[in-house]
Amino acid sequence: MSQPVPEHVQKTARGEEVTLLEAISEGLYEEMVRDDRVFLMGEDIGVYGGAFKVTRGFLEAFGDRRVIDTPIAEGGFTGAAAGAAHMGLRPVVEMQFMDFISPAYDVLTNYIATSLYRGAGPMPMVIRGPVGGGNRGGPFHSQNIEMAFFHTPGLKIVYPSTPYDAKGLIKAAIRDDNPVIFEEHKGLYRAPALREVLPDEDYIVPLGEARTVLEGDDLTIVTYGAMVHKSVEAARTLEGDGVGVEVIDLRTLLPLDEDAIVESVKRTGRLLVVHEDTRTGGIAGEIAIRVSERAFEWLDAPILRVTAIDAPVPYAGSLEDYFLPQVDDVIKAARYLAAY
Amino acid sequence: MAETLSPGLDRDQLLELYRALCLTRAAEERLELLQKQGHVTGGLYRSLGQEAGAVGAAAALRRRTDGTGDFLAPTVRALGALLVFGGELIDFFRQYMARATSPTKGREANVHWSDYQKGFVGPVSPLGTMLEVMAGITLSFNMRGEDRVGMVFYGDGATSTGAWHEGLNFAAVQRCPLILMVEANQWAFSSPTAKNTRLESFTQKAAGYGISAEAVDGTDVLAVYEAVARAAARARSGEGAQMVELRYFRRLGHAQHDSQDYVDPAVIAEWAARDPIELFHARILSHGVASTDDLVTIRQDVEQQSQVAAEQAIAEPTPPGPDAVNDVYTDLATPHPWTRAETLDPRTQ
Repeated sequence: MSQPVPEHVQKTARGEEVTLLEAISEGLYEEMVRDDRVFLMGEDIGVYGGAFKVTRGFLEAFGDRRVIDTPIAEGGFTGAAAGAAHMGLRPVVEMQFMDFISPAYDVLTNYIATSLYRGAGPMPMVIRGPVGGGNRGGPFHSQNIEMAFFHTPGLKIVYPSTPYDAKGLIKAAIRDDNPVIFEEHKGLYRAPALREVLPDEDYIVPLGEARTVLEGDDLTIVTYGAMVHKSVEAARTLEGDGVGVEVIDLRTLLPLDEDAIVESVKRTGRLLVVHEDTRTGGIAGEIAIRVSERAFEWLDAPILRVTAIDAPVPYAGSLEDYFLPQVDDVIKAARYLAAY
Repeated sequence: MAETLSPGLDRDQLLELYRALCLTRAAEERLELLQKQGHVTGGLYRSLGQEAGAVGAAAALRRRTDGTGDFLAPTVRALGALLVFGGELIDFFRQYMARATSPTKGREANVHWSDYQKGFVGPVSPLGTMLEVMAGITLSFNMRGEDRVGMVFYGDGATSTGAWHEGLNFAAVQRCPLILMVEANQWAFSSPTAKNTRLESFTQKAAGYGISAEAVDGTDVLAVYEAVARAAARARSGEGAQMVELRYFRRLGHAQHDSQDYVDPAVIAEWAARDPIELFHARILSHGVASTDDLVTIRQDVEQQSQVAAEQAIAEPTPPGPDAVNDVYTDLATPHPWTRAETLDPRTQ
């Protein structure tokens, strides 16, 4: 049976640049072709192709047994994905917006994350969807949800910042035998500056490995997602001041690549953590304690952070811009630390 | 004469049902003894008076040991279903006594264990979740074109949860071959049914999902068997999800620690007079399926079996504490606490 190949997953084969969104679509498509145990579930992902069109054309390519439009019930279809995973399938569940993952919190934390430990077997499944602010989406279409799950042993959490990583990580997540929450920043989905030509080959980016985006000797910025690009922008400015900033993109939040962080801090002696998520209980706290445990003697300055403020995500542009960490915040914090 | 007792079951099958009922009760009674001796780690749950609902329902499904048969998710009140599906008696005792040799290596309790070859998945305590999970398991049967059905047990209380609704609605919409067994034992811990629903029967809920339902006397093992056989046939024929309500009574507290002093003793006595094992026993005799001696032999067999399994489980070890770090992930190690190492070094955590 010849299957129509969706237009937007053919760009790499043609040697064209792809966006982060297209990279994820390519990754999903390739894994579904490679492994017939992989199937998709979510709201409006079939006929409509998903709210952001990540799965446009997939229904025609794979049929309605592998691309399932679900009732609007995140807990229900995430639990159903768990059942399918028990039976040896490898579900990929889309949250239309990750803000709506909260009804699935029960089944994810109590059931899915504990399955292997309880002797009920591995849970090879991916829960993916758009996150992040800056799009005037308001409180329910803008959240970052990583820290609601970071505390749950048994889960993995991935948050890519480039098309290359997004494709390699989604493929690795689908092949992983553990449940993976995969966050896709909607501000990066179609960002023109991120477009890149990907290798026309089957590659993965292993989970749990950070990437050094910029090398520098004076200060380490640990960050992920959309903040990688703001941090790099800030680092360019600091370069003009004569300050060498090392930028580390975590790529995977759980497990955390602690070695990469500690190794960098031991060279620079200064650490700034930048995340778009809110401040209290953000990942900066966990990173700071790990550096304290393993590299206290190497620190020349306090560990600092730049984050969103502790508030729901507001709607008005003026409010949201104030809420979110901006390049200027990163520059100020980095200068403060460099001068410490 | 056996024909008149049940058209679909021969003598051997009838006596297997009887054996499973007696085994369930003997196992639980043995467990109570173990608890008094201090061997049971956590809570103890009985299915007294509900054995026929579990045994009759499971017996109406196709049992295999190679992962191709029907599938079920029990509750603590459906131990009989687990045993009918080949759950090992000794594993029941190992689970309650948190033995390292238990299917969950001492990490989980009571009937919360799984065997996908035999066809059962252990429930989690938020029981509504199992509707969602079983919806997915039976969805996979549809996706692969397998001729299998699934069955999920849950009590009065779980029907109030969002997960119950979401799982049922998903299964109904997707026409999953899933049979919902409502254990309508009239109590959710100390809450009577009226605190969980205004309906007189849970079968009335089925209409809201577009699925078929029937209620059955949960103390009558043959009535349960026949009702579930009908439901399974409908599910297999493509009608999708089905509901069967088991009408009976929880004759003991929610768990052993619950004295059930909120229940009228006269009502308990009324239901004790409708004991599912005694009812079936009398019918077997009155229809001449077997003799009193035959049945006494079966009862002695299962008691002996329970005693042997319990004694073996008692002799087995509990897991070493450091095993707590294992099997959180398939591929990642969880560190031991640095304060437990011989040389104190916080950098090792």
